[in-house]
Amino acid sequence: MMDRIATMPFWEPVRIDKVGVEERASRFTKRSIKKETKLNGLLLTLNMIDLTTLEGKDSEGKVKQMCYKAAHLHDAYPGLPTVAAVCVYPSMVALAKKSVADSGIKVASVATAFPSGQSSLAIKLAETKFAVEEGADEIDMVISRGRFLQGDYNYVYDEIAAVKEACGAARLKVILETGELVTYDKVRRASDIAIHAGADFIKTSTGKISPAATMPITLVMLNAIRDHYYKTGKMVGMKPAGGISKSKLALHYLVMLNEVLGEDWMNNQWFRFGASSLANDVLMQLAKEQTGVYQSKDYFSVD
Amino acid sequence: MSKSKSNTLKLKFDSARKLAPALENTSAAKINTQYNLFINGKFEKPLSKKYFDTINPATEAKLSEVALANAADVDKAVKAARTAYEKVWGKMPGKERAKYIFRIARMIQERAREFAIIETLDGGKPIRESRDFDVPTAANHFFYYAGWADKLEYAFPNRKVKPLGVAGQIIPWNFPLLMAAWKIAPALATGNTVVLKPAENTPLTALKLAEIMQEAELPPGVVNILTGAGQTGAAIVNHPDINKIAFTGSTEVGKLIQQSIAGTGKKATLELGGKAANIIFDDAPLDEAVEGVINGIFFNQGHVCCAGSRLYVQESVYEQVIQKLKDRLETLIVGNPLDKNTDIGAINSKEQLDTIHNYLKIGEREGAEMYQSKAPLPSKGFYCRPTIFTNVAQSNRIAQEEIFGPVLAVLSFRTDDEAIEKANNSPYGLSAGVWTDKGSKIFNMTSKLRSGVVWANTFNQFDPVSPFGGYKESGYGREGGLHGLGGYVEVG
Repeated sequence: MMDRIATMPFWEPVRIDKVGVEERASRFTKRSIKKETKLNGLLLTLNMIDLTTLEGKDSEGKVKQMCYKAAHLHDAYPGLPTVAAVCVYPSMVALAKKSVADSGIKVASVATAFPSGQSSLAIKLAETKFAVEEGADEIDMVISRGRFLQGDYNYVYDEIAAVKEACGAARLKVILETGELVTYDKVRRASDIAIHAGADFIKTSTGKISPAATMPITLVMLNAIRDHYYKTGKMVGMKPAGGISKSKLALHYLVMLNEVLGEDWMNNQWFRFGASSLANDVLMQLAKEQTGVYQSKDYFSVD
Repeated sequence: MSKSKSNTLKLKFDSARKLAPALENTSAAKINTQYNLFINGKFEKPLSKKYFDTINPATEAKLSEVALANAADVDKAVKAARTAYEKVWGKMPGKERAKYIFRIARMIQERAREFAIIETLDGGKPIRESRDFDVPTAANHFFYYAGWADKLEYAFPNRKVKPLGVAGQIIPWNFPLLMAAWKIAPALATGNTVVLKPAENTPLTALKLAEIMQEAELPPGVVNILTGAGQTGAAIVNHPDINKIAFTGSTEVGKLIQQSIAGTGKKATLELGGKAANIIFDDAPLDEAVEGVINGIFFNQGHVCCAGSRLYVQESVYEQVIQKLKDRLETLIVGNPLDKNTDIGAINSKEQLDTIHNYLKIGEREGAEMYQSKAPLPSKGFYCRPTIFTNVAQSNRIAQEEIFGPVLAVLSFRTDDEAIEKANNSPYGLSAGVWTDKGSKIFNMTSKLRSGVVWANTFNQFDPVSPFGGYKESGYGREGGLHGLGGYVEVG
């Protein structure tokens, strides 16, 4: 235990300047993305999406349709990539796994008493194991925000480490729920804890709390990933989730990713968008690039 | 961190610089093939009968030719300004003067796009900066001082103020329109009339501003704009009927001006060179500090008198800061200033580029380690890669002299006192920056740094409300804010 602590200097928190980080984030939005850069960015965006449905009312039919759409985004436009993954509740994992078949699309499952995380560690671990046994390739866990805000960082760390162990070969995404952490300093601290505890990805939000992902918050998390890489050479992925529904905004996120972490991160192995409606907006933009005119949203399937 | 490991830890940014071109459409900018002198409300042919070319430093192509004012032209302009001062402007109630100044401000806003494009074409600065900084800030200056015109009695309570008369104003090439605004706005608000000379390399936006003065129906002679070179400036400085000289430019010329006006009774404000220190403490928000340092030195290709050209980093975070700086450097896009994605545009002139290159050689000879980004440069035009020197000594010329280009000298320090001592150890004292999370440290530093402006956890922020000016060889007098009025009035 002592050895592990020695390599994790949580005692020296990284400070974030609110004004500075927001200015930097807005600077990315000044980049003008045109022509082939735009086209490539849009295709890359599609390929980075975790197509998500996380409703109490999710039906088997809805999950099946979503999985079909994940592989066939818009067949009228040939050559489109698939999305990166579908993201569902544990009870839908087996069905999703069957539906995506051998398309290469991953199945991600939320776990650990999503979205609030208000349960015991034993139940969270059991849920994680259940999702993995059902076939989940990726687990999206939530941190215990209550414990974090209390200052019980060791609990949060240990919980993430335990869930990571329960994941086995599945990749672990750790949701910080930044909307409940409020300050950038806390977002940074939670990012550092999650990364050190073994997260393969850090993720902003559940999508159930507002505000969800914002560019400055994502920037703070990307900087945490970069500092970890500087120290250890290990890459960690990033997933902003919630609130990214327009292509233009997605392109701004990609500009930010490219300028903070560089091209090694510019693929769905290391970056994801958690979104349900972004795909159709990107498809509309792609169709516009192809035909020169915007089409009605009724020409794009809603699943 | 071991040496071999840091090699494998390089982040790759090649694709960050390869964005498809996003060029600003220049059709909104109308540039005549020839410009005359703006005297007494009209564009008049120069008595010198001479013209000179102004070029686009990004392509070296000629943009236009402008008149060269000689001493006779200066005399004509000063006479017009004197008449306007005595007959109209000096007597006009502040409330009425304000209306004209407000009108000028609004017209700059209306033609913002045109101004931004011409500023970029003529000076080489990125369109993002002329669009988002130069033009809006220039308009703000006019708005701000328009507000003061009828409230001077509140600016100087219980005192009687009166204008000085005719102000001769000489401005540099780094912020052509903005400097014109800094000079003209407070002069007009306080009831003075103006003879202004823009820099030889960048006269076009001042001439466009002259067009606005005409359209705004500003009384003839209140603002006169004379294009020309050093001799034109000397003729303004030496003209006996000028009451005040306002100059922004090099310390060398500033000293000459001071010598020329000694004993003449002319008032002066001089805003000269700088070699600002940016100080990063180990408790600073480092990523934001690095971003501030980048903007502090690479803003406007480093052609900024208050550029943060010396960086002092506390020892314990030195390596980390250098690594972050270098990575950020790789994502800066150097190229066509008209491209909306360009971060660093063209160096303003061939001479300036030669000066910068000379300093790069000096730095290497002095034993400093030079790091330049791998950004590709356009084949034509004057460009310089953003450059960082590490392993710099306080005694090195690159740490002492103003380079006026995208070149940063990085030094380290151990204690707060050492940082203060080193930062103050400069003939200049225009600006400084402090980066720390600790409020008390900010106050300690700012009270001990001998600089006209000290920014805390930010850099290069300009607001018409806040005064700007230097200590020591950075000049005297303040521009902007309430203090900026003081340079243009006699307080009785």
